[in-house]
Amino acid sequence: MTEADLGLWAIPVAILGGAIRVSTPFLFVSLGEVLTERSGRINLGLEGTLVFGAMAGYALAYETGSPWIGVLAAAFAGSLFGLFHGLICSLPRVNDIAIGIALMLLGMGLAFFFGKPYIQPVAPDLPSIGFGGWSDLPQVQAALRVNVLFLIGIAAAIALWWMFRATRIGLLIRVVGDSTDAARAMGLRPAVIRTLATAAGGAFAGVGGAYLSLFYPGSWNEGISSGQGLMAVALVIFARWNPLACFWAAILFGGAGALGPALQSVGVSEGYYLFYAAPYVLTLGVLIVTSSPTRAMTGAPGELSITK
Amino acid sequence: MTITPFSRRGFLKGGAALAGASALGTLPSLAQADSHGLTVGFIYVGPKDDFGYNQAHAEGAAAVKMMDGVTVVEEENVAETVDVQKSMESMISFDSAALLFPTSFGYFDPHILEVAPKYPDVRFQHAAGLWSADKHPMNVGSYFGYIGLGQYLNGIVAGHMSKSKKLGFVAAKPIPQVLQNINSYLLGARQVDPTITCQVIFTGEWSLAVKEAEATNALADAGCDVITCHVDGPKVVMETAAGRGAYVCGYHANQSPLAPEKYLTGAEWNWPGVYTRMVQTVLDGGTIDNFDRGGLAEGYIKMSPLGSAVTDAARAQFEATKAEMLKGNFAAYKGPLKDNAGNTILGAGDSLVETDISLESMDYLVEGVIGSTS
Amino acid sequence: MADQNPSRGGEKILSPDGWLAALAQRSEAVVLPMGALLAGLAAFGLFLLILGKSPADFYALVYKAGFGTAFSWQNTLSRTAPLLFAALCVALPARLGLVVIGGEGAIVLGGVACGALAGSVSGLPGPLAIPLLALAGALVAGLWIGAVGALRHYRGVNETIASLLMAYIAIALMNHLVEGPFRDPASLNKPSTAPLAAHLRIGDIPGWDVHWGLVVGILSCVVAWVLMERTTWGFAARIAGGNIRAAQVQGLPVGRLILGFTALGGAFAGIAGVFEVAAVHGSANASLASGYGYTGILVAFLARHNPLAIIPVAILLAGFEASSGLLQRRMDLPDATVLVLQGFVFVTILLSETLYGRLRIFSPARWRTNQ
Repeated sequence: MTEADLGLWAIPVAILGGAIRVSTPFLFVSLGEVLTERSGRINLGLEGTLVFGAMAGYALAYETGSPWIGVLAAAFAGSLFGLFHGLICSLPRVNDIAIGIALMLLGMGLAFFFGKPYIQPVAPDLPSIGFGGWSDLPQVQAALRVNVLFLIGIAAAIALWWMFRATRIGLLIRVVGDSTDAARAMGLRPAVIRTLATAAGGAFAGVGGAYLSLFYPGSWNEGISSGQGLMAVALVIFARWNPLACFWAAILFGGAGALGPALQSVGVSEGYYLFYAAPYVLTLGVLIVTSSPTRAMTGAPGELSITK
Repeated sequence: MTITPFSRRGFLKGGAALAGASALGTLPSLAQADSHGLTVGFIYVGPKDDFGYNQAHAEGAAAVKMMDGVTVVEEENVAETVDVQKSMESMISFDSAALLFPTSFGYFDPHILEVAPKYPDVRFQHAAGLWSADKHPMNVGSYFGYIGLGQYLNGIVAGHMSKSKKLGFVAAKPIPQVLQNINSYLLGARQVDPTITCQVIFTGEWSLAVKEAEATNALADAGCDVITCHVDGPKVVMETAAGRGAYVCGYHANQSPLAPEKYLTGAEWNWPGVYTRMVQTVLDGGTIDNFDRGGLAEGYIKMSPLGSAVTDAARAQFEATKAEMLKGNFAAYKGPLKDNAGNTILGAGDSLVETDISLESMDYLVEGVIGSTS
Repeated sequence: MADQNPSRGGEKILSPDGWLAALAQRSEAVVLPMGALLAGLAAFGLFLLILGKSPADFYALVYKAGFGTAFSWQNTLSRTAPLLFAALCVALPARLGLVVIGGEGAIVLGGVACGALAGSVSGLPGPLAIPLLALAGALVAGLWIGAVGALRHYRGVNETIASLLMAYIAIALMNHLVEGPFRDPASLNKPSTAPLAAHLRIGDIPGWDVHWGLVVGILSCVVAWVLMERTTWGFAARIAGGNIRAAQVQGLPVGRLILGFTALGGAFAGIAGVFEVAAVHGSANASLASGYGYTGILVAFLARHNPLAIIPVAILLAGFEASSGLLQRRMDLPDATVLVLQGFVFVTILLSETLYGRLRIFSPARWRTNQ
């Protein structure tokens, strides 16, 4: 397969390809976090859930030969972490930010611990669909080879958006997230709803992790994540807790991640570490611009501890 | 005035320590290992089964385990900090290790150099350290293989198999060993076709899966159709490159199980022979050389079997060049040679043999490599 | 979270009938964390049991490799110093209710500053140059974490996320500087800054295999404790930590407190980086980022952000880390085992927070004999 020389056009093609490839974990984790935060809880442990999901997904996919069983396993494992987080945070006087950090460390530790035998074996990959058939250029075809999970993520984003906007369940979650008192007045049990939302959020994060190990980069090792779980939490604030905006934000961050290697491939190689820092700088910049010291951010759930 | 928890905590901890001490007396003595004969310690900076650098060393350790009268202890994922110093000392104190192989480059200075003088009866063997008699203790030795020769052979096969005449190289950091590999790869390919180029992308880390995958994709996007790498664990590069339809050449260890149809050949370390020889020297009461190097001829490196896709012409040139190398003193770098910024490296008629020490401080990329060292 | 000790302090109970009540009240702050620690260790022991490994063997090895021999003690103590500083970087802002977890970045930048400037001060005598380097490292790191505080105060940016992002950025910056502008051309295969001149190196405590960072670290904890418990700044910070808005309304200089405490926490972490360069590595390179910052988070929480408690807790956790090698070799456990253990302990400590003020056994009213 001969590749045509695209010259400088290689950069936007690479960024497009990177945006699609790299954004999927961001998308899933941020959707999960939207669900959790809309119910009034913040889960910073998603980085650990992501890594554990990656390991669990890879392990089960290898053992059973089916990547989809791996994805389900990752979702299940993620929901367990989320459930754990939710239950602990329901107790009085527990600092949910600290618990998030603790579960992040525990999740990573358990993932590395159980994942040792799976560093070498090769697990089956998740399938992908090629949307680039219209182009003769192999690069474009490769960039538009979209993984099925990416499509599922888009569907999930739309579904969540719709859920919050127009369904009863969405309304219940929003009420619990905006005001615990109002929720109780309505006869709801905020702790239960929050815990379930956190569990579901964890499941999403687990799936995001499975994507990393079962598709891109497609292997399990201890360096599989570079902070995606944490950036996704910041992404949620950037997206103003709107699932559709999460999709665009994820694409943006995915593209930023592809910047470094793309630039090197066209000859810009000065300071490549700084380009690799681009996603973090972008995330920080986004946080700075969208935060405010005095007003609660528009759209922020009232009960969320970091915005009170 | 609140009494701080500190004093109480200290007291309670002391009590716990006393209890622990008495408990230890009744437990099976796990604390002291049985050592029959020689205990050899191996320390890895990453996982032993990374399909790459550490796995190659672990394979060497596995060969040593089979020797009579030798016990092997291993530790993985030891960071290049005080951690490795303490790991070494722990192996010496608790396991009575007399021969240590701390295998990562970064362990040499200052860590091995700090620990070695304290244990003059223990021998420290380091891969790729630049040991010199006037600076370093005598119970330290360094060894390495001329794996650049292997990349040269990779390049020959790649030169035949590439249709786009563009090769790709995913590199970790622009240090001499890596630069030598990149240059050798291209020079090998240019024996086949002098117009071939090689694109290099630096990931900046010895092991970072996401960056390696991105770099491989960027290379494939740029048109490279035979890709190799120098990172600690080549698994991701191999799988991603093969997934993009490119051929791959392996490095460190044999990655052909990862991409059987696309794997051409690979430059591998051959540590089992080297390590068993060194351990046998110690068992026989001798001293290992302080500065030990070897190439293909001496069995320090080896090549993976050629893959099924390799053409006959490639095979023939590969075998012919390999036969040349087996005679020893092969010169991959022959003048006239320029770097990719236009400076002259070697004049016409000059050459650098594999044993030339200046190769170990290489800081340039030869003409034909697209990319820069900084 | 500000110190949750329900003891109101200053309550002196002098009469003999009341000493039991006083003991009950004050011991809560010790017994609960100790109990939580033991619960965490027990839970981890159960985890091992389920996996078919012996908890008794495990803890015996931890003891042996961490505290059992003179070598073990030196191993543990040499790992303690950076943890002390890293924990202060978490504990000081925690007084204000801020959760800052970016100490890793501060350590790294402090080390880079030291490595980069060592050449410029090499003409000066050691006793002058070393404190200057330490100051430089502390300054750079202090500015870094202080920036996190500033972002929190002036822009309302969540400091936990911001500090961790800044840590990633700091590591990228360090890599760039150490391999680029600050690189020593002679450092071929391991890009580093130029090696420190011999008189700038910090040595070991005489007779031990442990460098002076341990002593400076312990002193720093004492200084931090004095600051937090004995100065008006510390007292004001404690009030602000309870409720920042209320403190602002009351006229406390919340902005200055936030900037001050975060910068000071960062400065301490920067000193850890300076010691890593001057006492361990001899130059600044990628090995500076080796996870001390993250373990420091656990130390701080386990010590409930009390700087004096940080000292024994750091020693304990350093002991766990010191035992990792022997655990790998004897019990065939992966190196991540200690990480899992730390995770268990972290979770149980945080869980124990919920029990404060709720267990009647600690309530002074239960023990008072004079009603």
